[in-house]
Amino acid sequence: MPRLSHFRSRLATLAALVVLLVPAAAATVQEAPDALVKRVSQEVLEIARTDPLVQSGNEARIREVVEGRLLPNFDFTRMTALAMGRNWRAATPEQQKRLTEEFRTLLVRTYSGALNQYRNETLDYKPLRMNPADSEVVVRTLVQKPGGAPIQIDYGMEKKPDGWKVFDVIVAGVSLVTNYRDEFNQQIQSGGIDGLVKALADKNKGAGGK
Amino acid sequence: MKTSWAVRLCARALVPALALLAGCATTASRVDPLEPANRALFEVHEVVDGNVVRPLAEAYVDYVPEPLRIGFSNFYNNIDDFFSGINGLLQGKLEKAGDDFGRVVVNTLFGLGGILDPASDLGIERGNEDFGQTFAYWGLPAGPYMFVPLFGPMTAVDATGYLLRILWGPVGQLSNVPLRNSLYGLSYVDLRARALAAGEIVDTAALDRYLFTRNAYLQRRRYLVHDGLPPPAPEDE
Repeated sequence: MPRLSHFRSRLATLAALVVLLVPAAAATVQEAPDALVKRVSQEVLEIARTDPLVQSGNEARIREVVEGRLLPNFDFTRMTALAMGRNWRAATPEQQKRLTEEFRTLLVRTYSGALNQYRNETLDYKPLRMNPADSEVVVRTLVQKPGGAPIQIDYGMEKKPDGWKVFDVIVAGVSLVTNYRDEFNQQIQSGGIDGLVKALADKNKGAGGK
Repeated sequence: MKTSWAVRLCARALVPALALLAGCATTASRVDPLEPANRALFEVHEVVDGNVVRPLAEAYVDYVPEPLRIGFSNFYNNIDDFFSGINGLLQGKLEKAGDDFGRVVVNTLFGLGGILDPASDLGIERGNEDFGQTFAYWGLPAGPYMFVPLFGPMTAVDATGYLLRILWGPVGQLSNVPLRNSLYGLSYVDLRARALAAGEIVDTAALDRYLFTRNAYLQRRRYLVHDGLPPPAPEDE
């Protein structure tokens, strides 16, 4: 039956093509890191510009925006590990989990505070120089404030199976993650890793901070 | 002889602990050998700033209309741009220096003596160079980190740079003392007002405001010295 075999071989070719194309399609579907930063910042700034609750400084709503729009694009485990430095490996998985949760909450609070101060800033996106094979990039943006000095905000990003994720935010040359390293170290030296967890938790409850 | 036994045990436990502490102290002292004194000065600063300077800066923002504040900021930035140009030259960064001097010419001639900033609208970027960066460029070590009440964080080399900047600045050349002092006062409040937002973020973000401020300052200076492309810091993971 020449016809059927012909059909079969076609089917096989088709199947092979599908198998070959699916990962390729998935790869192209994955949004480029600079496009991701641009889309998410524009979404968030648009909400900040138009949402009456955000404009009136409603904390719950601002936090909701930060949680819903920004956070899915962050890799908090990596951020926490970077801020911990070599102490990260000394922490138990349970401690690592709690640290990541508390650090995440702290960063959400910080980000919400920054968003609350947002007044008509505009964003410039600098061209991204990257090779297709790169698994880590820095996406550079410039925040223009009317009448103020522009502030450079860069995002360290890593390629993950579910898209590019931010693992560091660098504001005017100050890496948020690196900046925490000494503070984390100091807490660990005086109270161990549990001491750091407690310090972060206290800070998040609004009690901590010197 | 019970005590001597106890003493010896204590010594045995203490010596490694002290060694560890000394080890920590030496790593800390590399960037901040004056930390105890700096922390005390930081506390003084926090009290004065919280009770006098910050309320003043907040009142300035509340009561002085924004266009006026932007005008003052532009005026001081224009002077800074001139010095940025000089420091660009001192570091052989001719293109940057050209931009800075270009900005000064444009803003002084077409921006009402620097009150407006048409140069930025034309897309001429600020060089952001200063004497501290020039010293660093020529290999001078940063020297110890210092927290100076009312002025904030700086390294010894940056402090020298700020001093030169103030001594050689045009405001210092004014013979009318009340006018000169008013301009100094205004520039001070203007600078503090521009840092209000950052201060609020530090309040939310920092576990230890002293450390957070110090590290942010040192990172920022490193970034400026390397023109925005600092080499990767050691121990990045």
